[in-house]
Amino acid sequence: MHLAVPLVAGALLFGLGIYGVLARKNAVLVLMAVELMLNAVNLNLIAFGAYLRDRFRTGEVTTLFVVTIAAAEVGVGLAIVLLLYRRRESVDLDRATELREEAA
Amino acid sequence: MTTFDVVIALLAATSVGAAALVVTTRQVVHAALWLVVSLAALAGCYVVLAAELVAWVQVLVYVGAVVVLMLFAVMLTRAPIGRSADTDGARLGAAVVATAMTATLVVLLLKSFGDVRVDLKARPVGNGEVIGSALFRSWVLPFELLSLLLLAALVGAVVLTRDDIEGEQ
Amino acid sequence: MSSAAWLLPAIPFAAALLGALPACRTRPRAAAIALTGATTTALVALLLLPSALDDPTRVRLDRLLIAPAGALQVLAGTRFDSLAAVVAVMVGVVALAVQVYSVGYLHDDLRYPSYAAQVSLFTSAMLLVVVASDLLELLVGWEVMGLCSYLLIGHYRELDYARRAAVKAFLVTRIGDVGMLLGVAVLGTAAGTTDIGELLAAVPRLPHGALVAGSLLLLLGVAGKSAQFPLHVWLPDAMAGPTPISALIHAATMVAAGVYLVARLHPLFLASTVTLDVLALMAAVTMLLGALAAFAQDDLKRLLAWSTTSQLAYMLGALAAGGYDAGLLHLMVHASAKALLFLAAGLVLHAVHTGALSQMRGVARRMPVAALALIVGGLTLAGLPPFAGAWSKDSVLAAMKSAAGGSGPGPDQFEGVLLYLAGLATVLITAAYVARLLLILLAPPAPRGDLHEPRLSMAQSVTALTVTCGVSTFLALPDALPSWLPAPAGAREGIELSVGGVTLTAIGVLAVFAALWLYSHAGARDPVLLLGSSQRRLRSGFGVDALYDRGAVRPTRSVAAAVAETDASAINHAVEGIGRSAVRTSSSLRVVGAGRVRSYLAALIAGVLLVVVSVAVVV
Repeated sequence: MHLAVPLVAGALLFGLGIYGVLARKNAVLVLMAVELMLNAVNLNLIAFGAYLRDRFRTGEVTTLFVVTIAAAEVGVGLAIVLLLYRRRESVDLDRATELREEAA
Repeated sequence: MTTFDVVIALLAATSVGAAALVVTTRQVVHAALWLVVSLAALAGCYVVLAAELVAWVQVLVYVGAVVVLMLFAVMLTRAPIGRSADTDGARLGAAVVATAMTATLVVLLLKSFGDVRVDLKARPVGNGEVIGSALFRSWVLPFELLSLLLLAALVGAVVLTRDDIEGEQ
Repeated sequence: MSSAAWLLPAIPFAAALLGALPACRTRPRAAAIALTGATTTALVALLLLPSALDDPTRVRLDRLLIAPAGALQVLAGTRFDSLAAVVAVMVGVVALAVQVYSVGYLHDDLRYPSYAAQVSLFTSAMLLVVVASDLLELLVGWEVMGLCSYLLIGHYRELDYARRAAVKAFLVTRIGDVGMLLGVAVLGTAAGTTDIGELLAAVPRLPHGALVAGSLLLLLGVAGKSAQFPLHVWLPDAMAGPTPISALIHAATMVAAGVYLVARLHPLFLASTVTLDVLALMAAVTMLLGALAAFAQDDLKRLLAWSTTSQLAYMLGALAAGGYDAGLLHLMVHASAKALLFLAAGLVLHAVHTGALSQMRGVARRMPVAALALIVGGLTLAGLPPFAGAWSKDSVLAAMKSAAGGSGPGPDQFEGVLLYLAGLATVLITAAYVARLLLILLAPPAPRGDLHEPRLSMAQSVTALTVTCGVSTFLALPDALPSWLPAPAGAREGIELSVGGVTLTAIGVLAVFAALWLYSHAGARDPVLLLGSSQRRLRSGFGVDALYDRGAVRPTRSVAAAVAETDASAINHAVEGIGRSAVRTSSSLRVVGAGRVRSYLAALIAGVLLVVVSVAVVV
């Protein structure tokens, strides 16, 4: 099997995830795009694991870890989104501009 | 060109196509459903790549739990069912950056691994027994640490979402 | 003994430094330091005099290389000969008299300590000019004198006109100093040395152009320092300073420096007929202008100031006519007379608290010390025998007459004749203003009311100077001086004195005295009324000041105003515009920091990509 096939697929997924993170305003949609990026990484890990064939099955184990961490991330992320919604009745990220410099 | 190539290419194409819809559709609920398709296709890829356990975990955790969480969030934030106009911000800049990133990654990967072949039958399939023994022999410590991380995330999520917890003041 | 010449500038300099210390800024300490310094200086000058006069042709040199400036070897050191010795005595004695006098005159002045230190510095600078062996060294003293005159003329800095006078004196002499500096540069370049002795030795070898240009430029400096037309305008205004300072400037230091420089470099000037012509014309114009203006003054000190201008022109005229000894003799005699007159005038001013002559009618009748001093000084100034002024003035006139006759060194005959005629006329006008001064101050009846008693130190120094001035009569007697001051090669040797000349001068002076006495006695009138409507014009010195005001001061001011305006409008606005545009640019860039996390993230990713790609390309 060509290793390039999963690798290119992973790259495309990663790019799409970036696009989603940058283009979307809805916080839930941004979280979905983040999941896409994580999965792109997972695909790479599995593909390289199959290629390297190491005794510790590093690729697969690490993928499991990433999945775990992603689950935690989604949990905390969605909690933040809900908090945001409760505070402002909106999940529009463009309106969460507290980092803006105060007008002089 | 082997059967593996064909199968994995089809699955990857499905996944990428569904992902493209995830990040472009105007309907929030549709995005979540397309995410299911994309992640499920990825699980198929894992099966082809002989990572059986990971494929199951992918289906259970992602397709099952995470997407359900997403749908809950969609509902709790009262996202409109159907098209909504305010899903996207500045798309051009995002498209440029994303394209540049993708192009860079593709070029780098193809230059480095463009002609590498993988023999998928050369080692045991990564089923529960194989991965489980690797996990609990070689990876015990990170595994235990991850349980702590999950606990922390759990507590954090609870603290964040509940507003009836008194602070120290 | 000769190596002690460096003490002459060093002692007053040390006194000035000590006087500037904060610990010495109390009145008694400042007075003690200043008086000790001045006394020691005068003593050293007197002690050095005999050995210098023993062998008048000998020049004692002590030199030290301080700066090898390329081809020019700048040597600092002392050049002490009979000329330097005599002038040093003059400076030392007058400075001592002034310091003693000042203790009384500035009794109630809070700034006396700094004043005393400045006078010491002034004396030091003048003595440096006197003993300098190198033109650049001389220039240092020359410039420090300019600074001191600025500080001392502006001593009453609360008074607007005093500040103006100080600035005017500084700027006008500065014009001359620029010429002086350029002249030194021209001569130094042409001769390859700025050492006075070597420069004078090199005079015959110098190219004619460099000689003329250099001496004319030096002459500009002389005109500035010695208040000669057209740079004489600062001297009358300099009367804004304290009266002892006027005495110091007029007798010993500032204005004497110009004459001294011409005497010091006399062979250089004699070698250039063009320069002598200019000098002769300058002296002729200045002596007439100064004498006429002096006659028309309403203010005692301004009268004396214009008189100084006129008398300095005598000295320079004598030097222009080649009369080396005559010019220096007159310098000496005038120094003692003018110092005496100024200090006596200070007594009068101190008594009546005004400088206006109209307020002083008969004042001197109540002040015997001042009256005696004024008579001795005034008659010396007028040149009436047996006072020393008669001999010096007659020798000056004799030198001018020979120049007018076209014999010996000197300017062309035309300028010589002009100079001689101006000199003769000035004798009479001098007699007239001296007569006017004495007639006003001594006219009966003596005024009633309180007169401010002079303080002891003032009376002492005036008395001492009166005696000195009287004694100088004998020192200046014919045949006494020539053996003191051997004239440099080419100059007229000795004093030419004729009994007939002295008699004629005396008769003329007496005639003027008598005429004015009759005029004023007849109706208690001020002789100045004789001038009628032309008094105003004469009093202002023929309007030279107004001319400069229109021609130089106002255009300069308007240019300055235009520059200030340009600075405020164009340059300032440009600077502010840069600031404002920076603010505008940054506030437009502020859009980037609008708080949208997504755009931050996009920039972050783009940056990471840029790094990765560039690393990949390089590797």
